[in-house]
Amino acid sequence: MASAYLNARLLDPASGLDTVGGLIVKDRVIADLGPSITADGLADDIERIDCGGACLAPGLVDIRVRVGEPGEAHKETIASASAAAAAGGVTALACLPDGPEPIDRRAGLEYVARRAREIKSTKIFAYACVTRGAEGRELAEMGLLAEAGAVAFSDGGNAVADALVMSRALAYAGALGKTIVQHPEEPRLASEGVMNAGEIATRLGLSGIPRQAEPIMIERDLRLVELTGARYHVAHVSTAESVEILRRAKRRGLPVTCDTAPPYFALTEIDVGDYRTFARLSPPLRSDADRQAVVEGLADGTIDIIASDHWPQDVESKRLPFALAEPGIVGLETLLPLTLELVHRGHVPLMQALAALTCRPADLIGQKLGRLAKGAPADLVLFDLDRPGRIEVDRFRSKSKNSPFDGRPVSGAVLATIVDGRPVYQAEGFG
Amino acid sequence: MQRIIDPMPDSSVPERLRQRHLLAISDLSEVEITLLLDCADSYVEQSRQPDKKSSQLRGRTVINLFFENSTRTRTSFEVAGKRLGADTVNMSVGSSSIKKGETLIDTALTLNAMHPDVLIVRHPASGAVELLSQKVSAAVINGGDGSHEHPTQALLDALTIRRRVGRLAGLKVAICGDIMHSRVARSNIHLLNIMGAQVRAIAPPTLLPPAIERLGVAVFHDMRAGLEGADIVMMLRLQLERMQGSFVPSTREYYHLYGLDRDKLSVANPEALIMHPGPMNRGVEIDSDVADDINRSVILDQVELGVAVRMACLDQLTRVLDAEGGD
Repeated sequence: MASAYLNARLLDPASGLDTVGGLIVKDRVIADLGPSITADGLADDIERIDCGGACLAPGLVDIRVRVGEPGEAHKETIASASAAAAAGGVTALACLPDGPEPIDRRAGLEYVARRAREIKSTKIFAYACVTRGAEGRELAEMGLLAEAGAVAFSDGGNAVADALVMSRALAYAGALGKTIVQHPEEPRLASEGVMNAGEIATRLGLSGIPRQAEPIMIERDLRLVELTGARYHVAHVSTAESVEILRRAKRRGLPVTCDTAPPYFALTEIDVGDYRTFARLSPPLRSDADRQAVVEGLADGTIDIIASDHWPQDVESKRLPFALAEPGIVGLETLLPLTLELVHRGHVPLMQALAALTCRPADLIGQKLGRLAKGAPADLVLFDLDRPGRIEVDRFRSKSKNSPFDGRPVSGAVLATIVDGRPVYQAEGFG
Repeated sequence: MQRIIDPMPDSSVPERLRQRHLLAISDLSEVEITLLLDCADSYVEQSRQPDKKSSQLRGRTVINLFFENSTRTRTSFEVAGKRLGADTVNMSVGSSSIKKGETLIDTALTLNAMHPDVLIVRHPASGAVELLSQKVSAAVINGGDGSHEHPTQALLDALTIRRRVGRLAGLKVAICGDIMHSRVARSNIHLLNIMGAQVRAIAPPTLLPPAIERLGVAVFHDMRAGLEGADIVMMLRLQLERMQGSFVPSTREYYHLYGLDRDKLSVANPEALIMHPGPMNRGVEIDSDVADDINRSVILDQVELGVAVRMACLDQLTRVLDAEGGD
């Protein structure tokens, strides 16, 4: 059984393709694509889907998601995260290993893989911990974990803070051909803080996390990268200094990549307002100058990837005094429209924004995904670039609704999500 | 001896507060602060009579809900409520159960079902009182939330100064000590700025929060420089656990550099008043000799006027409730 997506704006950031045409899916892969594919000349047994001029791009690859399992199924499950991902146009995601039951042994990876197979929707990959229990002391069994399918190593929301441990982790992972993904925060400097340090925290009587906690960790790690030559990725860059440090490191040719998440280019510390716990996250929201620097980093390619940083929290974890609330924002279903804000405002070209959501994150996790190419898996997102709407948390598929973006007007909507040639999501009124 | 001045009520003062809750000084305007201080002035005499009781709040239920240990503030509110004829109830929630997140909202909803008219709430987390105020129909008074605000303390400090000096505008007020962790300091900085005083913050850098100067204070790390010509010296309490190498090296070093004694005080205005929100650590942030100087120290005035200020807050907020009920 084959399908043809016709009359689509084909967008492939990896090759630079941007053309109106069609795409044929057969046997779960892209059989053909290009401007010459139209309804004329198609075999009769091919299903035809008229895209009405909408954008057809590789499905989004989200490199940082918390799926709630194992251990926090009251906040999210692999099934609900998959449904949210599908609604958000995400066809592959990598989940973090630092939940209540850290993925630091093969069994953890096997559990995630088994659940993902059962659900048969979004492709779900997993990081494994750099250190046992993500506690930052002893190395996890990185070799065995790599063999069992860990896409990269990370201690999730915990920084690998000990310089000796980090140095050895980088060297060891380098030999395995795996990347270390670091949460860039000097934990002692950040230990008492709950939001960005500065006037707003002082007015609210909240202890601050000094912005320097982030570049300090990145600068240290870059020295260790020079020492070991290993690949290193900085998660959720949030300060202007970090962007500048990484810009220079890339110029020097270091094997370094980095990402950010929509809150860091769409919000600032002002959004904490009167103790809005939905605006509590880690790293914290920063100043507007930082936000602008993150946008510039995306525009000039210093920041390679945009991840959702999807971190579901139930009501009980957020309906608390600010300092007692858990950090995190659900992001799978807002990743595309918030990224498209950058495009509509003229900050980042469409192709570059899509690259940050597709081929580049796929490369980071070492998967041949995120591309429109003959023979590539038919993981696709069909979206209307301009459709106006509002973010409505009540419509989220995610089990948790902790988003500060509720009610935000956005342009752009996912119409359909296809994984291995099979539609896993279709918007109302489409298909 | 200073002369005690009872200023005449200003005709521009409004009849009522705009808000139902008293959560933060930063929510108040100059005229609202003046309204509360004028009202408090009128209650000072009542508290000095043999029969101290009136009936403004008769039939009203006032609950003191304290999630943090307190003797002074809680007692002051309790006395204030009783003097106005309210039924006052104290409820303390152990600090061990606070971490259980849900306690705050659940407690609020439980108490709300008992139809209290005023809730006075103290909580160790900044913003907790505001969160609670969103869930109840009673008027809420912030009795101190984390390091955020302690509005009735700032009001009673202002009343103390106003009754002794006759004004707030133009005074040089030095606030000394652990400003970083102090809700008293933040409320006072806001109130004194609103009322036109010049505020100085004196502390070691490790006890000053970032960007504190943006709240309208001049920062001094040298206590003598900060006290130069000061009309009012407000000392803050320093938690002893913060003095053993974490924020400052030692108690004795702190006392040497930032403890208020006669020598350091000599550069201030010769008539400068000395204030402290209590309880004092004598020999740590303040010398006993200074604390007990009957001509300079107004620390016991603060306690007395604290009751009057809290009576005024209860009175004014229940007037707002009355007006709402009449709408």
